[in-house]
Amino acid sequence: MSEDHPVSSQDHLSSVPRSSKPTATTPLSSGGIDPEYIDPKGSKVAAAIVPDKPSHPDKSFVVDDEKVRKVEILISLVLRVGVVLSVLVITAGLVVTFIHHPAYAALSGHASYHSLTSMASKFPHTPGGLVKSLSAGQGQGIIVLGLVLLILTPVMRVAVSILTFVYQRDPLMTLVTCFVLSALIGSFFLGSA
Amino acid sequence: MTPLDFVILLFLISIAAGILGSLVGLGGGVVVVPVLTLLFHIDIRLAIGASIVSVIATSSGAAAAYVRERMTNLRAGMFLEIATTTGAITGAYLTTILPARGLFILFAVVLGYSAVAMYRKRHSAALLTVSHDRIANRLNLHGSYYDDAEQKEISYKVTGTKAGLSIMYVAGMVSALLGIGSGALKVPAMDLAMHLPMKVSTATSNFMIGVTAAASAGVYFARGQIDPIMAAPVAAGVLGGATFGSRILGRLESKTVRLVFVIVLIVISLEMLQRGVL
Repeated sequence: MSEDHPVSSQDHLSSVPRSSKPTATTPLSSGGIDPEYIDPKGSKVAAAIVPDKPSHPDKSFVVDDEKVRKVEILISLVLRVGVVLSVLVITAGLVVTFIHHPAYAALSGHASYHSLTSMASKFPHTPGGLVKSLSAGQGQGIIVLGLVLLILTPVMRVAVSILTFVYQRDPLMTLVTCFVLSALIGSFFLGSA
Repeated sequence: MTPLDFVILLFLISIAAGILGSLVGLGGGVVVVPVLTLLFHIDIRLAIGASIVSVIATSSGAAAAYVRERMTNLRAGMFLEIATTTGAITGAYLTTILPARGLFILFAVVLGYSAVAMYRKRHSAALLTVSHDRIANRLNLHGSYYDDAEQKEISYKVTGTKAGLSIMYVAGMVSALLGIGSGALKVPAMDLAMHLPMKVSTATSNFMIGVTAAASAGVYFARGQIDPIMAAPVAAGVLGGATFGSRILGRLESKTVRLVFVIVLIVISLEMLQRGVL
C-alpha cells in the first residue's frame, strides 16, 4: 500500500470535485458515437473537452459482463432465499406462541407485553437453550431459529461471494472476501467467548 | 396493551422503518430504537438487540433488489467489508474499556459534521471519470448503474480507498460499541471520500451493514439482548418495508435521496447527543 495519489483524506472531505467534466459512457443505452458530454447530474456540458477513451479496467469489465451478471443474480438469490425462509419461520413461531398462550392473543385484556419484553423475560439465547426450546415445541424457540437464519443470511452471502470470485478468476477479490468471511466467523466465536 | 397489540403495532412501525432504512442505507435502527424506548418503555439494551435484527433485515431485504438492479457496487462493498468486520471485532474488545457516554457525544459531533458536508455537496456532486487511486484501479472498484430517474447509464470512478477504509474501520467499531449507526458513517465515507454516486452509496451501504451487524449479532444474542417477541415483528415488518423501499430508490432523484439522508443524519446526531448527555 503505497501513497500513490496526492490527495489527502482531508481534501476528500472538503468535497471539492477534483475531476474534469464527467463524461457519459453509455454502453447500454445509446450507440455512443456522438461524443456529447453530459454531466451525470443532468446539466449538459459543452462537447469540446476531452475525448472519451475507455481505460483498461473498463474494457475487462465489459468482457466479463455476462459473468458479472450471473454473479449478481446468484448473490441476489442467496439473499432472497435467506430472507423469505427466515420470515416464514419467524411468522410460524409467532403463530405457535399465540396458539400456546391464548391470553397473549387477545386484542384487549390483562396480559401485558411488558412481561415478555423486559430484561427479566425468559427466552433462548444460547445454542443449547435454543435446541431445548425447539424440542419442547415452544413458539419463542421457533422465532429464535428464524432470527438465526436471518443473521446467517449475510454470512452465506459472503461465503457464496468467495465462490463467485473464484469463478470470475479474480484472485485478489477472492482473497479479500476470504478475509471478510474469516473475520466474520471469528467475531461469532468472540461473541460466544 | 396485550402482546398481540404490541406485535401488530411494532410490525406496522417497522414497515416504515424498513422503507426509510432501505432508501438511505441505514438499518432502520433510527426509527426502531426510539420507538421501543420512548413509546413502549423498553430497556435500551433490548431495543439495541432489536435494532441489530432490523439492520440485518433491511440489508438483506433491500440488497436482494439493489444487487440485481446493479445499484450496489459489489466489489467496492466487499473490499470495504475488510475494514468494517475488523472494526467490529476491535469494538467488541473495547466495549468494556471505553466510556460509552463520551463516544455518543463524539459520534454526535462527527455525524453532525458529515450532515453539513453532505448538504454542501448537493450542487457539486460531480462524478469522477479518471481515478489515480492505485487500489481502486487494481481491484477495479469502478462501476456503472442505470439511473431510472435520469433514464441513462451512469459510469463513475472510485477514489480515496484509504480514507474510505479508515472511516469504515471506525464505522464497524462504532457499530459494535454503540449498537447503532454504522450506516450513518458508511454513506458519507462513500459519498465524500470515495466519490461514489449518492444512490450507489446508499445501496452499497445497505449491502454492507448486514455483514457489520451480523459480526456483532453473535455478541448481542449470547448476552440475551435479542428478545424474540420484539425481534419477530421488527424483522418481518422491516423486511416488508425494505422490499418496498428498494423499488422506489431507482426512481428518486439523487438530490432527494441526499436531502432525506441529511435529515436522518441530523436526527441520529441529536439522538446520540441526547444519549451522551442524559
